[in-house]
Parts: sequence; structure tokens; C-alpha cells
Amino acid sequence: MIGKKVAAAEYGLCSCHVCGLVVSGVHEGETGHCPRCAAHLHMRKPNSVARCWALLLAAYIVYIPANLMPIMETGTLLDYRNDTILSGVIHLWRTGSQGIAAIVFIASIIVPLFKLLALTLLLISVQRRSVWLPEERTRLYRLVELVGRWSMLDIYVVTILAALVHLGSMATVKAGPGAIAFGAVVVLTMFAAIYFDPRLIWDPLRKERKS
Amino acid sequence: MTEIPTPHNFDEIPPAIAEPKRRRSLQLVWIIPIIAAIIGASLAIKSYLERGPEITITFLSGESLEAGKTKIKYKDVQIGLVKNIAIAKDRSHVIVTAELTHEAAGLLVDDTRFWVVRARISAGSISGLGTLMGGSYIGVDAGSSQQPREDFKGLERAPVVTMDIPGSHYVLHANDIGSLDISSPIFYRRMQVGEVVAYELDNDGAGVTLKIFIKSPFDRYVKANTLFWHASGIDVSLDSTGIRVNTESIASILLGGISFLSPEDRVDAAPAAPNSKFILFPTKDEALKRPDTVVETYTLVFKESVRGLAIGAPVDLRGVSVGEVSKINIELDHNRKEFAMPVEIQFYPERLKARYRASSRNGKPVSTRELLNALVEHGFRAQLRSGNLLTGQLYVSLDMFANAPPAKIEWSRNPPEFPTMQNSMEQFQTKLMQIVQKLEKLPLEEIAGDARKSIQSLEVTLKSADKLIRNMDAVIVPEARLMIEDARSSLEAVRKTLGSAKQVLSSDAPLQQDMRETLRELNRAARSLRTLGEYLEQHPESLLRGKKEEER
Repeated sequence: MIGKKVAAAEYGLCSCHVCGLVVSGVHEGETGHCPRCAAHLHMRKPNSVARCWALLLAAYIVYIPANLMPIMETGTLLDYRNDTILSGVIHLWRTGSQGIAAIVFIASIIVPLFKLLALTLLLISVQRRSVWLPEERTRLYRLVELVGRWSMLDIYVVTILAALVHLGSMATVKAGPGAIAFGAVVVLTMFAAIYFDPRLIWDPLRKERKS
Repeated sequence: MTEIPTPHNFDEIPPAIAEPKRRRSLQLVWIIPIIAAIIGASLAIKSYLERGPEITITFLSGESLEAGKTKIKYKDVQIGLVKNIAIAKDRSHVIVTAELTHEAAGLLVDDTRFWVVRARISAGSISGLGTLMGGSYIGVDAGSSQQPREDFKGLERAPVVTMDIPGSHYVLHANDIGSLDISSPIFYRRMQVGEVVAYELDNDGAGVTLKIFIKSPFDRYVKANTLFWHASGIDVSLDSTGIRVNTESIASILLGGISFLSPEDRVDAAPAAPNSKFILFPTKDEALKRPDTVVETYTLVFKESVRGLAIGAPVDLRGVSVGEVSKINIELDHNRKEFAMPVEIQFYPERLKARYRASSRNGKPVSTRELLNALVEHGFRAQLRSGNLLTGQLYVSLDMFANAPPAKIEWSRNPPEFPTMQNSMEQFQTKLMQIVQKLEKLPLEEIAGDARKSIQSLEVTLKSADKLIRNMDAVIVPEARLMIEDARSSLEAVRKTLGSAKQVLSSDAPLQQDMRETLRELNRAARSLRTLGEYLEQHPESLLRGKKEEER
């Protein structure tokens, strides 16, 4: 069923990314202007895989300090804590806030990790021109895009707390270096998701059919 | 997409405007991971380089220490964190593993000290209040050694003085600790200049050794001859001079403390070397008394009670203290079956000799032995005297007794025995006692019986006397009255006689006149008789021939 579907690329058609005008005469690897809005025209997002890989790799690198370095420094009269994401989750869990611990765990650990792994999977499969479960992979991609911004939850919490809790020596909350790294992970994965062209998932199917 | 689009339809689709091909071999986007990698690598390298040394510290207990939380602070700056707390294999202590920062590596030398900083509230100071809130931490005092070290033995309590405070340590030796404690203040002219750092009982248990620290620049006032004494609390002394209350400062009343002073006449002495040893005297008086370097011990054997004589009581020579009582014993004389009280005194012959030398003509130093021998020969004796009648305090008095029985100092004994005199009060007492004893011996009861008998007979006598008097009343009185009346009449008669006699005897009385005439006549007669006599003497013949005619 899927294989019978015709791709616009086969007829040398593509749509303008900006104004949506369908234009002909564009071939893969060639560039041109949109006759209506003069935007660059691409059959597929240019260098999608390479850019996505670059951002993804950067995200992987930054992911390490994001998890190892303290994300939040809380100082009260009684205590001074330096929490990484995981230790914060453990602390919340131990102090009875299991619900919040679960939310933070999902938003700050599961989701970024899931995004990284999902994008890696998509990129590898696209590079290998795999025809394996294209529909599910597309769904996965949509999920990655959808869920991406929720990873910023942790950053929001930290920044809001840091801004609000300024009680002098009584209590202070400061964002640690881990927060920057973690923010970078989220942003980089979001960009990577944007650069990824899901149409590439389907291209191998067309090639296969052609041959 | 039911309809397959025909090429015709595509003609309506506007063609793209062609653009010259651009080839970019290098994608700019790869800069991002490179930057990320560089940042990541630099962080990793930095953290690796900054990773400080790991040390182990042993403590007796892990009280208020927490792995991963307890910090190590030097001058209140965090230089490390406790990583792990384990119990030693022999379970006698805990081993704390801590990771220090890179900069702290220089602190890890042989004499660096670690201790757990906890809130400490003592009478004089409150410290570590922050730890009540923020939890304990491990304090560090950097050592000055060059020898690196990684395993340390933690102190159980914070050192009073950290090494970065300039000053000097000294060692004091005292009989007892008094009310001193670690961090007790040390005063110089009532100014706090240092603290007690440590104290410990001597190995033989005979005293206490204290380590003190005196801050610079006050440590230069500690001279080789400096005297230290307990300034602890209130010194109330009751001795033969009465009650004395002496305090150093309000703080020392509560805390105890040590004072020191150099003797005034030797202020220019060299400052003492650090860790010099000094004696800690119990009181200021005692400390200042000690310049007497020559101390001789003598025994005074008293027969009387030494009640009221305290150790430390003065040995007094006409009001000047020349020693003190150091020991009071009791001795049983088996032969004579009586007790004697040997009292040991510390005698400072310097005081005595100084005066003696000043008075001696040639200024030749005299040995104590000679001097004392000479003095004892002249009646120099020790005697117990009451210093305070109210409290009964006794002191030993040295004085000359002109009527003292001859005695000598027993130099053969150790310590030499100095002759004593019985207390004058005591003598009085003994005499009194003898009188009382004699009184006791009197047969008082017999005397009383005799007295009663005498009194009874006396009564009888009195009664008969009474009777006699009554008889006399009854018999003699009427007769007497008669007698008196007779007497009165006789007296009247006498008066009359006398009155007439008076008349006779008065100057103008005729009798008198006659008498006078008669006497005159008599006088004349006598004169003519004398003339006659004289004539007869010259002319005895006239008796025969008669008066011869005047040859005229």
C-alpha cells in the first residue's frame, strides 16, 4: 500500500518551505528560488543528516556534564546542597515527594535520554536507507518533536527558584553549571529534531520501488 | 491520491528559479559539536587537574560527621569534603576519607592538625555556633613542616591556638590543676595575653603539667625568672594576719586563670626560650616569696598541741617572716611514753644572714650553721605562738629567750632539730592546770563538814550571847540609870566648884591682887636679902661688929 504512494520528488516537484508554493524543476542536489517568495528551495532539508548528527553529537557530549555537574545549589541556614539532577531526584524521593520525583525523573532524565536515543536510531536507520517500520519511525519522530520542549521543565524550575528564592543568608538557590549543560542538551536535541527531515525515512522506499 | 497526476498538470506548476550551484565542502554545523567537545574536554581536564589529594583522618567517633556532606574548612574556607566514613578494623576509631581541593595539597604536611568543629559553649567563650545550623565540619590548622603526609590523626577537641597566631608556648608544672581548663586565660598585669593550651597529669601522678600559649608581643615579658601563679577564682585566705580576699579579675573568678610577673628588680633578664619550664605557684604570695633560693629544712619538736598550726604558717622573727611550716608530724617517744610533734619548717637563712652580714664588721659571710649555733647559744629558740586569738591560728616564732635552758641544734638529725621553747600561753595554761590540780586535791568535803559544825556551834554561841544581852538589859540597865543620875548630880557639883574656882582665878579677883602684892613684897624681901648676902660676903665681920660706918 505504502509503496504505491507516489512521492513528489519523483516528478521533480517540491514545495517552498516558507510560502508552501509547489514548484517544479527542482532536482535533488540542486538549488533554486521560489518564484513567489524567493526563498531557497530544497527537495529535502539540505544536509539534514549531517547537521542532525552534528547537533546530536554535541548533545551527547554536553549530556555528560549535564548529569555530573550540580544543576542547583540550595543554601539554607541549616543546610547547603549541591544537587545534580539524579541526586535531586533521589533527595525528593527520600524526603517524601515521590510524585514530584517521578515528574522530574521523567522530564529530566527519561525524556532527554529518549530523545537522544530516538534521534540516533532515526539517523542510523536513515543513513542505512532502512525500510524497517517507516510508519512507526515517523511516529517516533513526531513524539520526539512533541516531547522535546518538556525537558526544559527542570530548567524552568531552577531558573524560577533562583529568581524567587533570594532570602539572603536564610535561603538561596543558584543555578549550577549543570543547568547550562542540561539546557544545552535540550536545545541541541530540539534543533537536531528540527533539522531532521522525516521524509528521508520514506525515501528508501521510493528508491526500492523504482528499482 | 486516487488520481495519478499527469505531466500536463505539472506544466501549471511554476518552475523554480535556478541558482548557481554552491558547494560547501565543510558544514558549519560541525562547529557546534566541536565546541561542545572542547568545552566538555576542558571541563574534564579541569576537574581532573583540580582533583585534590585524598587523605584519611582517624577520629575516636564519627559524631556529627556525614559522608558526602561534612566539609573540611581551613580558615572557614571549604577545601574538601568527606567522602567516606568507615570503622577501623579493631573498631576502636573511625576512619574518615576526605577529598581535598587541589590548592589544599600544600596543607598536607606532617604537623597539620584536623579536628571536628562543633558548637562549644564554655564559661568563657562560645564558638562554632554556625555548626548548630549548618552541621559540623572538620577544621584544619596548617602545619609548618615540610614532610608530606596523607593519613592524619584527628584531634578530639579543637586546638586553642592555631599555628598562624604568633606567640610562644611554655610549660608549667603545678601541684594541681585548680579551676583551670583548656583555654583558661593567662593574665599579665590583669590583661589577657594568652591561654592554657593543654594539660595532663604527670606520669607519676605527682603533679600536673600545663602547656600555655602567650601571644606575641606579650611573650617577651616571660623571662627566665618569671613567676606564674594561679589566679583562679577568689582567693580567700585565713591566716594569722586575718581574712584576705584576693581576686584577679571578674573573668578569672568564673573561669580561673594564670597570672605571671617577673620580679621587679630583675626586669632586664633575658626572655625565656619557648617551651621553657616554669613552676605554677598556688598563690601570688607564694610565687613572690620564692626568690629565696636557699631553703633549709629544720625540725622543731613541740610537746604541746599544734592545733591551729597549718602547713604554710609563717615562721616569724619579730614580725618578719623568715620561713614557713612545711610539714607537721606526730612522733611517739617509746622511752618516755609521750607524744612529740615534730614540725618541719622551711627556713630562708638568706633573710637572716643578709641582716647579720650588714651588721658584722668585716662583712665576711658566715655559714648558717655557725650563725645559728651562736644564736642558739644566746637563747635563740622557736616557739609556737597564737597569731589570732579569735581563730586560734598558730605560727612559729623565733626569738631570743634570756632565761632559756641551754640547748643545741641537733645537726646530726636529718633535718636538723632546732630547740624549742614552750609557748608562754602554754606555760600559763600548765601553771593554771597545776593550781587546779592542787585545788582538786583539797579535802573539800571534810572542810565543808567542819564548816557546818562550826556554824552550828556558832549559832549556839550566838544564842547564848543573845540571852546574856537580854539579862544585861533587865538587870544592869536600871542600876546604870541610877548611876548615871548620880553621876549627873556629881557633875553639877563639880561645875559649881569650878565656877567658884573660876571666880577665884580670874585676873581681877581679890585673891589674885593680894597674891600679886604678896609676890611683889616677897620680891623686895628677896632683893634685900641678896644685898644682905653680898654685904655679908664682903664684910663677914659685920656679923660681929655690926655695920661699920661709911668711911666717907
